[in-house]
Amino acid sequence: MDIQALATEVPIEGEYSLEGVDFITNGEQYLTFLLDTEQYAVDILCVEEIRSWENPTKIPNAPIYVKGVINMRGVIVPIVDLRLKFNIGKAKYTETTVVIVLTVESNQKSRTIGFVVDAVSDVLNAEENEVKAAPTIGGCVPLHFVTGLINVGDNVVTLLNVEALQAIEKHKSIQG
Amino acid sequence: MSIELSQFIPSFLEESFEGLELMESSLLSLQPGDDEAINSIFRAAHSIKGGAGTFGFDQVTEFTHLVETLLDEMRDGRREIAQADIEILLDSVDCIRILIEAARDDTSYDEDKIAKTSQALEQTLNTSQSVTSNENSPKADSGLTLWNILFVPEHHLVQTGNDPLLLFSALADLGFLSVQAKINELPALTDMDAEEIYIGWQLELKTYASEADIREVFEWVEDECRLEISQMEAVNLPAEDVPKKEVNTSEEAIESSPEIAAKPTAPSEKDDTPSPLSQSNQQAPTANKQDKSSPKAKQEVGSIRVGVDKVDMLINLVGELVITQSMLSELGNDFEMNKVERLTSGLEQLLQNTKELQESVMRIRMLPISFAFNRFPRLVHDLSKKTGKEIELVIKGEQTELDKTVMEQIGDPLVHLVRNAVDHGIEFSDVRVAKGKPAKGTITLDAYHLGGNIVIEINDDGGGIDREAVFNKAVEKNIIEPTTSLSDSQVFDLLFEPGFSTAKELSDISGRGVGMDVVKRNIQALGGRIQVESTPGKGSTFKVNLPLTLAILDGQLVRVGTETYIIPLITIVESLQAKSELINRVSGDVILYRLREDNVPVIPIYQLFNICADSESIDDALLVVVEADGLKIGLMVDDLLAQQQVVIKSLEDNYQQVEGISGATILGDGSVAMILDIPGMIQLATHRAQRNQQVNIQTKIAEGETV
Amino acid sequence: MTKILVVDDSNSIRDMVSFTLKSAGYQTVEAKDGQEGLTSAKSTNFDLVISDVNMPIMDGISLCQELRKMPSFKFTPILMLTTESSTDMKMKGKAAGATGWLVKPFNPEKLLATIKRVVR
Repeated sequence: MDIQALATEVPIEGEYSLEGVDFITNGEQYLTFLLDTEQYAVDILCVEEIRSWENPTKIPNAPIYVKGVINMRGVIVPIVDLRLKFNIGKAKYTETTVVIVLTVESNQKSRTIGFVVDAVSDVLNAEENEVKAAPTIGGCVPLHFVTGLINVGDNVVTLLNVEALQAIEKHKSIQG
Repeated sequence: MSIELSQFIPSFLEESFEGLELMESSLLSLQPGDDEAINSIFRAAHSIKGGAGTFGFDQVTEFTHLVETLLDEMRDGRREIAQADIEILLDSVDCIRILIEAARDDTSYDEDKIAKTSQALEQTLNTSQSVTSNENSPKADSGLTLWNILFVPEHHLVQTGNDPLLLFSALADLGFLSVQAKINELPALTDMDAEEIYIGWQLELKTYASEADIREVFEWVEDECRLEISQMEAVNLPAEDVPKKEVNTSEEAIESSPEIAAKPTAPSEKDDTPSPLSQSNQQAPTANKQDKSSPKAKQEVGSIRVGVDKVDMLINLVGELVITQSMLSELGNDFEMNKVERLTSGLEQLLQNTKELQESVMRIRMLPISFAFNRFPRLVHDLSKKTGKEIELVIKGEQTELDKTVMEQIGDPLVHLVRNAVDHGIEFSDVRVAKGKPAKGTITLDAYHLGGNIVIEINDDGGGIDREAVFNKAVEKNIIEPTTSLSDSQVFDLLFEPGFSTAKELSDISGRGVGMDVVKRNIQALGGRIQVESTPGKGSTFKVNLPLTLAILDGQLVRVGTETYIIPLITIVESLQAKSELINRVSGDVILYRLREDNVPVIPIYQLFNICADSESIDDALLVVVEADGLKIGLMVDDLLAQQQVVIKSLEDNYQQVEGISGATILGDGSVAMILDIPGMIQLATHRAQRNQQVNIQTKIAEGETV
Repeated sequence: MTKILVVDDSNSIRDMVSFTLKSAGYQTVEAKDGQEGLTSAKSTNFDLVISDVNMPIMDGISLCQELRKMPSFKFTPILMLTTESSTDMKMKGKAAGATGWLVKPFNPEKLLATIKRVVR
């Protein structure tokens, strides 16, 4: 039975039948990106858009990894540099620097934050059982940000928890 | 129920509250002999009663019935209109309002108050409370019965609009009907009038219904006919298709007699019949509860009534915008430099369109301030009674429009200011007369537009504010030093200091509640400000200045280093170049600038925000003097840029609250700029200064100096 | 199609009655006081008029009297909606030429059943 042939013939409600793509997946999809040379990933459903780097407006007394805010179609969106947050590599801002804008809903509120990364890679399909637990020692990224690890070929992709990423510590008081 | 009534409840509630307002304002201005007013008050009560009954708000119905009865006597002329009655009626309006709100929100209410007013009403009426009862007489439990009905209408029956044949068809709904006309008494053809009826009928009805049910069908014509109903036999009859439709309002299910139980002919219609609304005053009907959203404290509705004219204006403006857009679009298609002029004029046109559209849209959210003012006649009336002072309320400018949300929030502060005018402003009549003033004091509420803002004035012709007393009190409360020199308006501003409230008020406060400082804070939260003017012996005026809308503010763009900030124009007192001789360094790092009689603390923004500025020296620096809460500070900036209207965008939605910043906006070039939180910054500055004073005092103590 | 004129100064009652009647397949026209009702009646033939008694400008009793003066409404059933079931009220209504009355509050079912006595 040629599944691909079937795929092109049978319309599925609400879905596009994509040629050449195995639409029968059970797992989740992730967007992978690079921080320095390491691979990380986030749930693709959270990805609102991918933007090129633009200079944001600074926020007074913000933590160093909060670069500022940008205007995204009329909405004020904060920009967080993951390389600075996790202290990975050098935070350079070039033409290839990319901002991944992630939206997460919690408690009926939705929050949109853009994260600066070095580059964006592929979309990764992974089933639930492919996500392994992260080791408790080592790693640049504090554990509460890590959902798990996925093996892709020879590499390891660290799966990040977007909601945890969005938590921003309170500013230091100006009075200080 | 098979027909959903609850969808009409919001409409009924709106109507009722409006009716209550009408009743109240009419009662307050009621003159004897004003029949039209009494009638309209009666009608309002009558409508409320009728609607309440229909939608099952039984307590409202019961109570309003008493009110209606009293009003009925008044409109009939059976009762003279007495002031005492008006007071009772005003109380009743309050009670009805409470009852409706309680029914709407499904909460409990002050039963004592209702009972007291009920009693007062009853006493006035000298009647005992009659329960509005629309109960149909309980049906006797009848089995299937054969009834013999003789129906002989009077000749003119059809002229009442009744049609015997239709009555019979209604009767047929009760059971199985056979009809026989009696034509033995017909007059000769030439004697007959075409509009009269000469026929009588003999009917036989096989039904489960009771005699009362049968009579009910004829209830409208019973005086215009001969009607004889006799029971033939309670029979063991085959049920056939005897419909058992229960249309009337009996609560008891009509039980089928044992013989019938075996026959499966009773159709399902009976099961569909819902429990009736009209019976029993005690049952709370289910219709009310179905669509109940969580109870709201205030009727803050999510809807606006907009005049069609405003909508039409909007449609026109959008039309013009579309034209401008397609013109520009066309220009852009094959753009060449020689078209630049047309482009510029097109863009100007666009600017014009946008401005007009913006103004027009804002006006949609605007409502006349009369909505906020209309509670004051009653308030002043009640306060006047309570304090024993004679006070007249004059309202002007009630058609002045302002944003709906601003209006909802300005209500409480205004109430406090009016209360204040009554309590502290207006003197007692004897005092007034002794001063040569009219015995009745006047409080005037006025509203008008001024330069993109709305100004609300509360004026009283009372004794004015005693400057000395205020000053001394402030010194007493350690708000100012005894040696401070202040202008009159600065002294009056002290009234709004948090510590200023009297001990009695303080005990009410517990963080919230009344107090002039809360009033000022609320006004400032709306982006406005409040000023006081007063003349001893003559009176005082409180002026509240509010922006016409919340989401937009007029801002002054300033530059500090590479950053652009926005300072709300309403807070700016003046901008100046600092003169070094007027700069004083006091107790450490607090810099004061001598501005006429004030010593204004200088805030270097670059320091506060930890950024780079062009110049870090105060000498010759550019200072923007801003004011909030009666305090001034000078903000050090590098450059003054343009002034423009900006749309306030939230920083908290996706980020969090930031100290010193009240929001963000998007500038013309698409970039984001921060809006400075002036009151916040002033607080920071004050605390800093205080803290530094503390530190210095302690240092001095440590160094052995006497402080 | 049976056409019914509904006259009442209370929006919610008017809406409710009209809605009930429409759901049962009748056609309705609404008026918010007697004067409006009368104007409507002058240009349309109705099979039934349901009117409140207490209304501004022209009350239900006057409306009934005026309608009865019009040939097209001589035999039209006119029902008064009233919260009073006193004989006094009934007398007044009859004197004005009303066909019958409905006592408020009534539920929709009662309304529909009752009007069966005067319309098809």
